Amino acid sequence: MRTKSTIKAGKMNGAKTTNLTALQYFNKKKYLYLMLLPCVIYFILFHYVPMYGIVMAFKDFDFGKGIWNSPWIGLENFRYMFSLPDFYSVLKNSLTLSLLRLLFGFPMPLLLALMINEIRMVKFKKTVQTIIYLPHFISWVVIGGILVNFLSPTWGVVNKILGSFGVEPIFFMAEEKYFKWMVVLSSIWKEAGWGTILYLAALTAINPELYEAARIDGANRFQQLYRITLPCIVPTIVTLFILRTGTIMSNGSEQILVLQNSQNLSVSEVFETYTYRVGIIGGRYSFATTVGLFTSVIGTVLIVCTNRISKMMGENGLW
Amino acid sequence: MMVLVYTFVILFAFACIFPFLYVISYSVMPYSEYLENPVKMIPSKLDFGAYKEILKFPLLYSGYRNTLFITIVGTLLNLTLLIISAYPLSKADLKGRKIILWMILFTMLFSGGMIPRYYLVRELGLINSLGSLILPGAISAYNLILMKNFVGNIPDSLEEAALIDGANELQILWRIIVPLSKAAIASFAIMCAVNHWNSFFDAVIFLTQRDQWPLMLVLREMVFEGGAGAIQNVVAEEDMAQTFTIQMAMIVVIIVPIICVYPFLQKYFVTGLTIGGVKE
Repeated sequence: MRTKSTIKAGKMNGAKTTNLTALQYFNKKKYLYLMLLPCVIYFILFHYVPMYGIVMAFKDFDFGKGIWNSPWIGLENFRYMFSLPDFYSVLKNSLTLSLLRLLFGFPMPLLLALMINEIRMVKFKKTVQTIIYLPHFISWVVIGGILVNFLSPTWGVVNKILGSFGVEPIFFMAEEKYFKWMVVLSSIWKEAGWGTILYLAALTAINPELYEAARIDGANRFQQLYRITLPCIVPTIVTLFILRTGTIMSNGSEQILVLQNSQNLSVSEVFETYTYRVGIIGGRYSFATTVGLFTSVIGTVLIVCTNRISKMMGENGLW
Repeated sequence: MMVLVYTFVILFAFACIFPFLYVISYSVMPYSEYLENPVKMIPSKLDFGAYKEILKFPLLYSGYRNTLFITIVGTLLNLTLLIISAYPLSKADLKGRKIILWMILFTMLFSGGMIPRYYLVRELGLINSLGSLILPGAISAYNLILMKNFVGNIPDSLEEAALIDGANELQILWRIIVPLSKAAIASFAIMCAVNHWNSFFDAVIFLTQRDQWPLMLVLREMVFEGGAGAIQNVVAEEDMAQTFTIQMAMIVVIIVPIICVYPFLQKYFVTGLTIGGVKE
């Protein structure tokens, strides 16, 4: 369609042939290519040049020599990483937190969206939506600040309430068994409401005639939910799930960095904060790059695999 | 059954809003009153002492200035690049488009990671400049794909008419595409602005000078490194009082701009996330 119309337009401009040489083609589209130039430069500079920087993982990087002139050391960094007890504790923390988040955090927006979808009072529904989207727009520093203050064992409101029931102050942010739940709950609290948007959009796209027909056939609310609503939003669930699996190794640097303190370090140190501490604070670039590469590769492999599995099961994939 | 649904939804909504209401209330409540009954929401008298205290804090002003700069300049740059890149990419017959699209999509799957990115910014001489918070994230691949799909859905007939009238692509972009994508652009503007306002990890990595800190780093120091009242664990109860109320006031000062614009932005949320769909 488009090709034809451009050719037509070209003819009107007086061009005699439709077989343009590369230069002529480029000249004709020069504005479009010009517009694309910043974009191409941006992606090469800020995404592909750092990918070249990954070779640091295979070198003994020395600041004075730069990446190119630093000596190759092969897989030495990886051997070192896998021999380090710290690495396994970071791996365990990262996986624990992100799997808990997946297990409890992933179904939550779906559940909320299904519930909101059942609400018939339009005004009430709109108000609820406005309120539950709010935490998404607030920075982790602010939320961390609220959490630390409200949960403080000395002056926090939560411990004061518990104290009035005779409960000893609980160090929510320091004790291992509480800390991971604080991370999971606060991330659910922040993002579950916002996560309903895509589901709600998919839910409103369902043809109402399906429900009508089901009602005539005598289907009750649960049967409608099970036979119509869920099958209709499976593609949305699958898409979001595939995207989610790519982030199994990551926990979001901002949240953890804010909630981390010297007392909970043994459970709160995850890959992002570890890379930051070792690489940027400690200056061990090569080793930190190795750790980063390890997590990116696993993330990529996971997302490619789930995408393939999803396609094999007859669902649509991301690509 | 419906009762359960309503109860759950209402409880969740309350949980989302209550902490913020309490923060506002604590920030103007005398600390003695808070200690007496921390669950009380309406203070018996308003005490703006904490606000007077933080207004004396020089980092608050530099923080506000830096955050405003990052938010405004960053968002303008995001939007400009988004629009001029999405338009050519939406042209199905443009040669080389496929390669560029793949190049963009691949960055969503795999990245160099934190350290190579840090090293690049360092080599570019952007450490300790606000540019380090704006340039590395100038284009979001995800937003670009969404915008490309949105622009692609605009009927070709409009552009063709303009093309026949002798308009070039720049003019078409400005006179036809931009006015027709207003809603999408507005929703991307919100997302970008909120992101710039809230993000702080890049600032943690790239900025070492305090006068360049955005607001979030100022707050972080106050809350987590005890900047407002030395180390919280060892100060006396009265000083702690001060610290607590000051922190609450600081949080209010930081989230007020977002809360103020928030109700007006709501209608754009949905357009932003659902335009064009996730798939190509």
